[in-house]
Parts: sequence; C-alpha cells; structure tokens
Amino acid sequence: MTVKIGVVVFPGSNRDIDAVNALEVAGAEAVILWHENATLQGVAAVLIPGGFAYGDYLRAGVIARSSPVMRSVARFASDGGLVLGICNGFQVLTEAHLLPGALLRNRGLRFVSREIAIAAERLDTPFTQRLGERRALRMPVAHGEGAFYADDATLDEFEANGQVLFRYVHEDGSRAGGEEDRANPNGSLRAIAGVTNAAGNVAGLMPHPETAVEAVLGSDDGLGIVASFVASAADRERAGGPVEVGAR
Amino acid sequence: MTVDTRYAVNVSPKPGILDPQGRAVEGSLDHLGIAGVSAVRVGRRIELTVSAADDAAARAVVERLAAELLANPLIEAYQIEVLGAVSSIESDSASGAPG
Repeated sequence: MTVKIGVVVFPGSNRDIDAVNALEVAGAEAVILWHENATLQGVAAVLIPGGFAYGDYLRAGVIARSSPVMRSVARFASDGGLVLGICNGFQVLTEAHLLPGALLRNRGLRFVSREIAIAAERLDTPFTQRLGERRALRMPVAHGEGAFYADDATLDEFEANGQVLFRYVHEDGSRAGGEEDRANPNGSLRAIAGVTNAAGNVAGLMPHPETAVEAVLGSDDGLGIVASFVASAADRERAGGPVEVGAR
Repeated sequence: MTVDTRYAVNVSPKPGILDPQGRAVEGSLDHLGIAGVSAVRVGRRIELTVSAADDAAARAVVERLAAELLANPLIEAYQIEVLGAVSSIESDSASGAPG
C-alpha cells in the first residue's frame, strides 16, 4: 500500500505543490493538510513546505506556530512521528520549538536564490538512510532568513548528539567556510544547513531537496532525501510505530 | 471594570548576536558624511492596548506575549514600556499635543 504523507499548507505556502510532486516521485501519496484543520488524516509522516507562512510577519514561521494544524503536528512529533520542514517549514519548526536554534537574516542581507551544495553528516537517520554515501548534493536555496544560529555551547551539544544533519559544502564535499565563502549562502554558523531534534524524528533544512528530484529540474540530488523520508515513513507504518533506522 | 492600557514592547537583537541590518545601516553612514556613530542595532517596536482588571493583570499579559510571541528569547531581548491609560492618550491627541 502506498504510504500517505501530509503536506501542511498555510496561507503563504508556495512550495507545497513541489513537495507534493517530490513525494509522488518518491512513491508516496501526498495528503494536503490545511492549516485550520487540526486533523492529520492518519498520515504516516508530515512535511512542512517552503513559502512565506502568514506573510512571514513578525518573524518567519512564528505566526504559523499557533495554528490548529501545528498544535497537532507538535503532538504527532512528541509521539515520535516523522516531521520534515523545508526552508520556511524549517523556520516554522524552530519557532514552534520542535527544532533547536534560530534562523537569522542572511548575513549578506540579500535574499539568496541559487544552486548550492550540501552533504549529509549522518547516513543513518530517517531523512538520509537512502543516500548511501556522503557526497555533495546539488539543490537550490531561496530564502532571506536562513543563517542558522545557536550559541557556541548549544552548537557543541548538537555536534556531540549528532544533531547536525546537513552542512553546506563545496563541490568536492569539503565543508563550506563562513559568510565570506560563497558555498555558505547565508552565513550559517558552522555551515549548518539542516538539523534534527534530540530524538531524531524531526528535521529541518533550508535548501530545497523537493525541487531537485528529477533531472529535468536541473538536479535530482534531492530525491535521496525525499526517498529516505518516504521509506522511513513506510517502515514506521508497517512496524506500527517508530523504527530505529540506525539499529538495522 | 477593566482598564485599557497602552503598552510598547521594544525588541532588539541580544548582545553578541550579529545584526546584519545594523551593520548595513552603519555601512551607509560614510555616504552621508556622518562620523562617530557605531554599534547600530536594528530592532522592532510593537504597540498594543490591553484590557485587564488591573495593572498587574495587564502587565502579565504583555510579559507573556513578549516572551512567547513578539520576541524569540534565543536571539532577542525585549523591554516593556507603559505608554499610559488609553483614555488619557486619546485626550492628549484630541488636545493637539505634539506626537
């Protein structure tokens, strides 16, 4: 049976159709979850797509936090459900305190919309298990507030816990530098492009794997991430609950 | 009976947090021929009216709003300012007091 994955739609979401397409390319059935509805319709996992939820007023993602659907997503996540936030979805998850850290205005001040590369720091998570190897994955970024921030002690803790999921890298896979390095598009600290929560079931990243899932889109390097997410959701559904990916 | 009080919440980047907007403002000072200005920080100010039983209750509402919504405590600090009872603010503007 095809696994069902929810795509949350807020007023101002604009990458929801790309997310639906990516999930279908990866073999899942996408179910739209409108922000005003608290029901998650029995989906096996939830994807929060990019855009400008509620106009990004006040701070990107903060108004979305108190929507009915996000209260349900928070419960789903605390029960161990898989949640992936992309771009604005990542901002929503940090504002909802489902993910650590904050996303500040890009250090270069500009909205950045171009292709970059990231690499997975871990290959044993529900979001990266199908990648197979660590290499540079090409995909676009499109955001004005993507500079990942946490204080040094917290960053050290993320590293020790294995919560750094993706980093910006050069074409050869080597880690990007600071804001002066074009490979780090927004000046994220320690070139962090994506993180997970401590439990490992919630992840967010600023780049757009969902718009890099077919060669015709310029890159299909993002498919491995979406396919990992879909496969993990299917595994969990079959097992009737969270599955330890790393334990297999 | 409730009291209507006008508050302002001033939100600013915490010390040590890089503020790219402040840096951009600083970068423009040369063009204006202004010297001797440094450490520019850009924040935001939110003004709101709270109806509550008394000052303490109103203050508690603003504190909660500031900490949970208006500021992100991880990166921003806030300061609450009381602007006054709403009726007196209205009569001030009606009397043509300078704003």
